[in-house]
Amino acid sequence: MDAIVTTKLTKRFGDFVATDAVTFTVGEGEIFGFLGANGAGKTTAIRMLCGLLKPSSGEATVAGFNVYKQTEKIKQNIGYMSQRFSLYEDLTVRENIRFYGGIYGLSLTNIRQKTDVIVAKLGLEAVADSLVVSLPLGWKQKLAFSVALLHDPKIVFLDEPTGGVDPITRRQFWEMIYEAAHRGTTIFVTTHYMDEAEYCHRVSIMVDGQIKALDTPAGLKKSYNTTSMDGVFQILARGTSTK
Amino acid sequence: MPTNAITIDSISKSYGPVNALASVTFDVGQGELFGLIGPDGAGKTTLFKILVTLLLPDAGRATVSGLDVVTGYKALRQTIGYMPGRFSLYPDLTVGENLQFFATVFGTTIEANYSLVRAIYEQLKPFSSRRAGALSGGMKQKLALCCALIHKPDVLFLDEPTTGVDAVSRREFWDMLKNLQAQHLTILVSTPYMDEASLCDRVAFIQAGQILAVDTPVGITSRFTKPLFAIQSDNPYELIQTLRQGPFTDACYAFGDSVHLTGKPGTETGQIIHYLSTKNMEPVTVNRINAGIEDTFMELMRVN
Repeated sequence: MDAIVTTKLTKRFGDFVATDAVTFTVGEGEIFGFLGANGAGKTTAIRMLCGLLKPSSGEATVAGFNVYKQTEKIKQNIGYMSQRFSLYEDLTVRENIRFYGGIYGLSLTNIRQKTDVIVAKLGLEAVADSLVVSLPLGWKQKLAFSVALLHDPKIVFLDEPTGGVDPITRRQFWEMIYEAAHRGTTIFVTTHYMDEAEYCHRVSIMVDGQIKALDTPAGLKKSYNTTSMDGVFQILARGTSTK
Repeated sequence: MPTNAITIDSISKSYGPVNALASVTFDVGQGELFGLIGPDGAGKTTLFKILVTLLLPDAGRATVSGLDVVTGYKALRQTIGYMPGRFSLYPDLTVGENLQFFATVFGTTIEANYSLVRAIYEQLKPFSSRRAGALSGGMKQKLALCCALIHKPDVLFLDEPTTGVDAVSRREFWDMLKNLQAQHLTILVSTPYMDEASLCDRVAFIQAGQILAVDTPVGITSRFTKPLFAIQSDNPYELIQTLRQGPFTDACYAFGDSVHLTGKPGTETGQIIHYLSTKNMEPVTVNRINAGIEDTFMELMRVN
């Protein structure tokens, strides 16, 4: 079964069409890069797919659940993290894991086990009882990703997860993404780092609410006769709404 | 007239136990476009706040346009423009009112210095009666830049103007900076995007409050002296895992559609190809390459 299927998915705000008849499919265990300029309509599309915003028209299923009628089911089956908000800075590392585990209805035993695994894996033993606010950004983002995977979601949405993160930690983060995808989790990711677009299995580029291109990075570079994803992006991404 | 627009001499700043800046020293020449390159939390904003007189250093000395950042702060504020990382204009004033407000605060008029902001402000003209809070991200940024320029400063401080901005808009922003530099402004700009370093005259790498290197973009990459290879295969994740076990490997990271391998001294292309064939990783292509800005930053991060 495909993880995400959309057919002419559309969202209007008054006269403005934020997401314009978008049709695409994301396979299970795929790393899908969702690119576009600021204001191209990415966030609106993601909010619909996460069950947070009702579409104006069109169809979509996420993890097999309908975006109009089964939004609570969707929320139980997806994980989400963004650069802006993911963890509570005034809770400790352990408290954040416990809090999110509780939200997703995990048993205390399960939460305890998962806490030990996450703390050991990320090497956070020394700071496990420190407030998250005191952690470097790269650690926070790796922890936020682990927390987004806590309830073993089928799909995880990552909205600019590596913005501002140092170049070594950024790559470690992508290795975590690869691991999760290898275990069968579907990854839906946005980024402004064009080298990261190369790490995705397939990439879509959104312009003025529409998907203008969708292919593997190699396929896109071939189609647009350029050597990098930055080249593809520079050719395609300049829409009218962002000028 | 001092020869350096900015001098920074052994500046330190701590927040409780956190050492935000550890004896930072570098200079920025008159008319230079100088990049402060480093990830979030490296200390970039702290250094900016000290230079624009919003924060006192614990130790060290700094001057901007020859004026001391501690004792000369009043005069200094007249000579600089500052665009903070967070949008800091008045959201409930219109585009035109914001620009008017900042001109008035500095005792000047929009007309007096219009030539400096014309190229940027013309793009905002169609929206001049729109409230600043209702602008798109890109337009907010252009308005903020106009407001930082309207009193015709000598030195412009831009704190992460391109963070969270898409690749196309980032390129446009840098074109604007080049145009401003041509009008004899000195510009200190910070960014977490390593690729933007190559657009600066000189750059300083900053990480964990320490300056790792100060040089021209070409000069900085020439500090990378170990053998570096770009390696491609159909399965980059497995390739990285395999290469990390290689006897010749010093470091190995994904780099776009390739993997960059830093080899121990003397490592040859043939050695890597042979090793990968014994691990059944074929077909692969292996090329010796020159280090880029990001390779160099990562290497300096690792050895420091």
